[in-house]
Amino acid sequence: MKRSAIFWVVVIVILAALPPAVSAIHQPFYIDLVRRIMILAIAAASLNLILGYGGLVSFGHAAYLGIGAYSVGILAFYGITNGYLQWLVAIGASALVALAIGAVSIRTSGIYFIMITLAFTQMLYYLGISLELFGGDDGMRLKARSQLGFVDLGDAVQFYYVCLALMLAVLYLVHRIVESRFGMVLRAAKSNESRSRAIGFSPYPYRLVAFVIAGAIGGLAGALYANHTNYITPGLMSWVQSGDLMFMVILGGIASTAGPMLGAFALLLFEELLKGYTEYWPVILGPLLVLSVIFFKRGLAGVLARSDA
Amino acid sequence: MLEVRQLVKSFGALRATDGIDLAVREGETHAIIGPNGAGKTTFISQLAGNLRPDAGRIFFGGEDVTALSAPKRARKGLARSFQITSIYAEFTALDNVALAVQAHAGHSFRFWQPARREAALREPARGILDEVGLGGRATVHAANLSHGEQRQLEVAMALATRPRLLLLDEPMAGMGPEESQRMIEFLGRLKARHTMILVEHDMDAVFRLADRISVLVYGRLIATGEPESIRAHPEVRAAYLGTD
Repeated sequence: MKRSAIFWVVVIVILAALPPAVSAIHQPFYIDLVRRIMILAIAAASLNLILGYGGLVSFGHAAYLGIGAYSVGILAFYGITNGYLQWLVAIGASALVALAIGAVSIRTSGIYFIMITLAFTQMLYYLGISLELFGGDDGMRLKARSQLGFVDLGDAVQFYYVCLALMLAVLYLVHRIVESRFGMVLRAAKSNESRSRAIGFSPYPYRLVAFVIAGAIGGLAGALYANHTNYITPGLMSWVQSGDLMFMVILGGIASTAGPMLGAFALLLFEELLKGYTEYWPVILGPLLVLSVIFFKRGLAGVLARSDA
Repeated sequence: MLEVRQLVKSFGALRATDGIDLAVREGETHAIIGPNGAGKTTFISQLAGNLRPDAGRIFFGGEDVTALSAPKRARKGLARSFQITSIYAEFTALDNVALAVQAHAGHSFRFWQPARREAALREPARGILDEVGLGGRATVHAANLSHGEQRQLEVAMALATRPRLLLLDEPMAGMGPEESQRMIEFLGRLKARHTMILVEHDMDAVFRLADRISVLVYGRLIATGEPESIRAHPEVRAAYLGTD
């Protein structure tokens, strides 16, 4: 069996076995923790599509987490609790906002792109703060979890498996996209834009579509996140959250299939571990992250599979 | 095939292209020579659409393409190679050429099927790699190819777009004598099937390959003609060949 196949079997077995295992040792807290990690891994995977494969360093990806979460929260506020409808709106609204932000920001590059994506997301953050009806700065409680019919998101274990399935689906989807014709154009434009233009590719529409896809998937993660925390705050759209997502992608290994998942697990598990020791955990985490980026240039995925091209 | 009328491009006070008129005929290999800084690459970049001229018009196949972007011109059949090697370094040689094939195989908004398994992209790409002599290096990452091989890959990518006109900007740049010889022979074979504009410093190559030659000095074409007449042209000898 190929190394990558073994890797995925191991990952799936461990994650699938986790709920019964931690229930057996009476530590259900870990179901919650890993569920949160998997939701953020979905967001990180979507960011990896544009950042890792597209070279679009978006410093505002938390915007879509926020839009997804607020879509669910606001619909629930007005009594619409059908999960399929809620998630569809979350994905659609995120895609639309990504289309608007992308249409403007992808015309720029480098530091300007970073700053513009950050600025747009800060605008949404302050919009969230100013929405008094929906809790403003304090945020809002989710009136009811998304109703999906055959699964109950109120059940911690069922919700866990929904997140696991969706995370695997998103990782696979991104993998298929980046290996497709579309993905090749996206990666080629990152590798050498003037060469792409010379052979007849206009990178802009491809980048914009990738940006919209990434936003849509980010919106899905946001919808899950709202159900996970049962509470929605503008903080979900803060630049700190955007930075965390970027860090997961970079730490896990840019432009690799498993990277965002590995990065999300590594960052959040380590954060959890440090929190147990000291309340000044960021002082330790920060320098360690810097060191990890210096020493693992291709991230954790690069350490695991050296031959993965 | 290609017609340039009164093309002008300035950078500040420098007129890098100073009222160039040029007509390239179907099937010919047209060399552009000139000393360093004569504006050869600036001229090529305007033909390819990477630079906008300040004035003048460019017609390609009878159509005014002056306002078209580089990708649009490429899709119309204008392919360029770069003086400074421009390839996808982290992709294999075969990927590089397959991407060029893909660029001319309809739109690429296809999100699911793995592109590297599409025979429609890989087979033509393989054929072109064989043609340029890189058949045995298909799976090597472009970054790990030798300089000469990268130059060959550069030409292979231009060819893969099935161009009506090839713009080759110093294809022999930085090559050793043996590699140059092979490239000249290869371009000699190519010449039978393609219309080419060849910018080159290597006079041996130019006089062996070109049907006609234009001489560019300080942004102006001072002469255009058959190789023999260019060789004999007094102004050309003074401006360029004499100092070679």
